[in-house]
Amino acid sequence: MSDMHKLHNTKPGRVFDLINVIFLAVAAIVTLLPFIYVVAGSFATESELARRAFFIIPETFTLEAYRYIFTSEAFIRSIVITIGVTAVGTAVQLFFTFTMAYPLAKRALRGRKLLINIVIFAMLFSGGMIPTFLVVQGLGLIDTYWALILPNAINPFNLIIIKNFFQNFSVELEESAKIDGASEIGIFWRIVLPLSKPIIATFALFYAVAIWNDFMSPLLYLNDSSKWTLQLLLRQVTISSDPNALGNLDPDYVPPAEGMKLAIIVIATLPIMMVYPFLQKHFAKGLLIGSVKG
Amino acid sequence: MKALLLQKANKQLPRKTFVEIVKQMWLRDKWLYVLLIPGVLYFLVFRYAPMYGIIIAFKNYVPYLGITESSWVGLDHFTAFFSSPDFLRLLGNTLWISFLSIAIAFPAPIFLAILLNEVRFALYKKFVQTCIYIPHFLSWTIVVGLTHLLFSINGGVIVEMVETIFGIRINFLAEPEWFRPMIILQGIWKGTGWGTIIFLAALANVSSEQYEAAIVDGAGRFRRIWHITLPAIRGTVVIMLILTMGNVLSTGFDQIFLMTNSLNRSVADVFDTYVYNVGITRGSYSYSTAVGLFKSIVGIILILTTDFIAKKVDKESGLF
Repeated sequence: MSDMHKLHNTKPGRVFDLINVIFLAVAAIVTLLPFIYVVAGSFATESELARRAFFIIPETFTLEAYRYIFTSEAFIRSIVITIGVTAVGTAVQLFFTFTMAYPLAKRALRGRKLLINIVIFAMLFSGGMIPTFLVVQGLGLIDTYWALILPNAINPFNLIIIKNFFQNFSVELEESAKIDGASEIGIFWRIVLPLSKPIIATFALFYAVAIWNDFMSPLLYLNDSSKWTLQLLLRQVTISSDPNALGNLDPDYVPPAEGMKLAIIVIATLPIMMVYPFLQKHFAKGLLIGSVKG
Repeated sequence: MKALLLQKANKQLPRKTFVEIVKQMWLRDKWLYVLLIPGVLYFLVFRYAPMYGIIIAFKNYVPYLGITESSWVGLDHFTAFFSSPDFLRLLGNTLWISFLSIAIAFPAPIFLAILLNEVRFALYKKFVQTCIYIPHFLSWTIVVGLTHLLFSINGGVIVEMVETIFGIRINFLAEPEWFRPMIILQGIWKGTGWGTIIFLAALANVSSEQYEAAIVDGAGRFRRIWHITLPAIRGTVVIMLILTMGNVLSTGFDQIFLMTNSLNRSVADVFDTYVYNVGITRGSYSYSTAVGLFKSIVGIILILTTDFIAKKVDKESGLF
């Protein structure tokens, strides 16, 4: 170890370290700067946003942009819808994934291999956008929130990872419960699920973030703009730059056209940032156990 | 003795009818089968029914007639697609974006992982990692929204900066020649940090003794990177590269769709967005299904081929 210190402290070693530390700091700053600007700008006045191209502290602090978006009916509606769909969708998707993963983990179950192959084939090949759309349409789910939840009810990769997790589950525990006369469903509900809380929490986050961020399903399945989720509204405000996207009932009032873009990005990012510490911890693990072999 | 055992075994296993086998399965595992019902229904309805729906690629699907009643047209939609100018344009656009991201965005996380591996202060390393993973979790809507703010021709900071330094005012979001660089740039910003994880994991398996021994032998920093760090991640790099090659036709719908506008459409259209525009917007269900099927089949061939190669390179890797 002393050798290591000695050599690290040579001149070329120190120069490399310095350059490396600076380079990584630049990488971190480049990542963060857009957020800092968006947060700062969301609290700035329209005239300042027009005058200054970039700043990290606004000269005049104002809540005008937030006041405007939070009085917009379209915005409030989309937030309520998105939170509702995320909550219900996460619960539904967890239910579908965990109930299927548990029996598939039982090596003695007849038909297990066939079902696993059905799942794996669905990972390789899909009907594609249009045939899936026609199924959703045929079920009468267009313009319903179920269209944002059910077509993605099981992510096959998640299913396989959870199945592998259950395969490593303590057999003795289940055997002793069986001797006590518990049925398979009782064991699943009262013993297996309570002991799987960490993995349930992890996949709840997986699904919740995926639903919150989902752009394609609402684009495909929601025609009625009064049913839009936050991602669709976000696109209308920030990318299509539609100044009337959030509505304006008062003809004398000029909405903060730039500020509202920044504020809505802040609001859409906030929940992700709030769960980010957990995401970082669990996703990194999930990625590395993400083997499909079973 | 052996014959006796065999006789015994035969006695214990009288031939069962199919009904008896099903009955026995049900008695033993009925609750497990009950648990399977929602999942199996899901796969049938939302994964396999659409696969059946693919047959409309060979029919002239008319919504009020339904799939079965619509008339067969054989490969007409495919020949129409392959002979239309759209085909080569889509293929070109898709391959350009894939090629550029393999050439530029793919090496970025490897480079960054090597640099992170050289950081001696664990806390600083952790801090940098925490920052650079964030964009991975944001939706493309937010990333493209941020891009529109920073690259806006009306006072976007990057446009102003470029004008100050180079004296030209570039409309990054509208000019077709800037479409591909913007897509690659966004990909790097969103994915590089997260992409380091798999390489850092490979590096975590290298014992520090190897580095110490190299130091004792008088190896400098770059020689240590060259002889220890790079060989340690070589396998992972090869596998990741091969898997990326398997996905060259999948360019990601959200990003391309959101970055496309009327001015850059000629270079922006890729298979996925084309299927949406022709199928959902214009209602040509059969034709767009044929386009989607072509993409899926080429995709599955590429993935199975690259998976086969990956297994040849390293037995442990490979998807299946």
